Amino acid sequence: MIEVRVKHEFPDFRLDVAFEAPMGVTALFGRSGSGKTSVVKAVAGILKADEARILIAGTVLEDSKSGTRLPVARRRIGYVFQEPRLFPHLSVRGNLRYGMQEGDLSGVVEMLGIGDLLERRPGALSGGEAQRVAIGRALLSRPRLLLLDEPLAALDDARKAEILPYLERLRDEAGVPILYVSHSVAEIARLATTVVALNAGHVARVGPAAEVLSDPDIVPVLGVREAGALVRAQVVAHHDDGISELSWSAGQLLLPRVGQKIGATVRVRIEAQDVMLAATRPVGISALNVVPVLVTAVRTGDGPGVMVQLRAGEDLLLARVTRRSADVMGLTAGWRGFAIVKSVAVAAGNVSGAM
Amino acid sequence: MSGWLGPAEWEAVALSLRVALIATVLSLPFAIAVAYVLARTRFPGHGLLNSLVHLPLILPPVVTGYLLLVSFGPQAPIGALLEAIGLGVAFRWTGAALAAAIMAFPLMVRAIRLSLEAVDPKLEEAASTLGASRLRVFGTITLPLMAPGILAGTVLAFAKAMGEFGATITFVSNIPGETRTVPLAIYAFLQLPGGEGAAWRLVIVSVVVAMGALLASEVLARRMSARIGGRDD
Repeated sequence: MIEVRVKHEFPDFRLDVAFEAPMGVTALFGRSGSGKTSVVKAVAGILKADEARILIAGTVLEDSKSGTRLPVARRRIGYVFQEPRLFPHLSVRGNLRYGMQEGDLSGVVEMLGIGDLLERRPGALSGGEAQRVAIGRALLSRPRLLLLDEPLAALDDARKAEILPYLERLRDEAGVPILYVSHSVAEIARLATTVVALNAGHVARVGPAAEVLSDPDIVPVLGVREAGALVRAQVVAHHDDGISELSWSAGQLLLPRVGQKIGATVRVRIEAQDVMLAATRPVGISALNVVPVLVTAVRTGDGPGVMVQLRAGEDLLLARVTRRSADVMGLTAGWRGFAIVKSVAVAAGNVSGAM
Repeated sequence: MSGWLGPAEWEAVALSLRVALIATVLSLPFAIAVAYVLARTRFPGHGLLNSLVHLPLILPPVVTGYLLLVSFGPQAPIGALLEAIGLGVAFRWTGAALAAAIMAFPLMVRAIRLSLEAVDPKLEEAASTLGASRLRVFGTITLPLMAPGILAGTVLAFAKAMGEFGATITFVSNIPGETRTVPLAIYAFLQLPGGEGAAWRLVIVSVVVAMGALLASEVLARRMSARIGGRDD
């Protein structure tokens, strides 16, 4: 359990954030300038907030009321910054050992796939390798909490794709709670257990990832183009034609071949702009996934688009349609119809192992 | 070398090396401390300290020497106190070392301060999140990353100390075997009829020592930067 309360008055900005989250990955989400990094710095003790209460798994790191404030070096927070910040005069091994009292590197080295880099110098590493070493270094300091502050922001898409699986392993194997800062919905959809959406220094919404991501009211914070629901599905079969068959609460879901084994539970992000609505069950169309849905909420934004929240089985979906279509079709809460999801629209990057 | 140099010349060279070495080694910790304070802290009087450190660079050396004489001379309170505990510096080689140290100090501080300002505080921040105390951060991150600047400052200060003339002659006079360093000996030889030969030999020694120090520091600095700069060795 993580408890974070931070109040701080900047010259041009007021930060007033409070949230609680279970163990696992808590994603701190918001646009740049929403205060994400300030929250993380306050948790690490680098920013001395006007008022703070920070508890990690029962240990008080800071409590303004009782006057407790552990210095940075004694908080045992593994902080991974946007840039790797490796010590250039030490080898990779020297960097990994820096925060360690004793013990063995091999577990973490193996998990992060950095065994071949140990004798190298940080300057000779690629961006992705350096960031993995930075994660390993933080992890080896036996932190109470791992802070990942947009660890992928400085990397290109290929490097991001290289690191994401390691972050999933970290979440599933390391047993350390993670506070993950990001402005990428795709990253959060893959990793987060809990999402804390920040907006202009305040918490806009806290909750389980699937719940927050499928909330149409949170869409303006997430960004319309990135909006999409998160559903849980189980791999049933891999067919010869390159299609994987999954089952979810609304029935069958056919996707381009997914990497997980049969029987595995996966999380699938279905982007709002890839979901189409129909009043009657369409026939003779190329899209493979048609499921009956019930409209639970409609949110009209400023633009020509409308965000529609749908209940499909026990899961929630988001669909982005034009206001004109919404008017013509009479989309309001209680409307029943069908959602159409093109299989190929769900890219492999949107399917990931669930914890 | 002592075959080529006469005994008086050799004495001057040996004395200069000793004076410069002692001056450099003993002032190094102070220079690092002052550079740290100047680079990393802000307080009322910061500008004053900065000016004070740089003063010997701008003042006529004779003035610095005279100020040393009136502070550390046997009649002055500090000087008398040092004499009483057996650490008197007036008209001794230790006084020459003190003069050389003070004259070289600004150069040393400047070089070290520049290298300290080039150390990324984000690395130190990262080290403290890994549980390192401030002292450990300084010793294991800041200091190694400053090493090229410390080396450059030390070499520069050593060369300056070898060549110090005005403050030395004013403060501790020109006593053969005690305070007659190479520049003072060159000056003395030039006053003597037929002293040009000895003066020339000392000029050559000065040039060789200065060039040697510079070249050695160049090579060392390149190695250090390569180590720090991060490519594989």
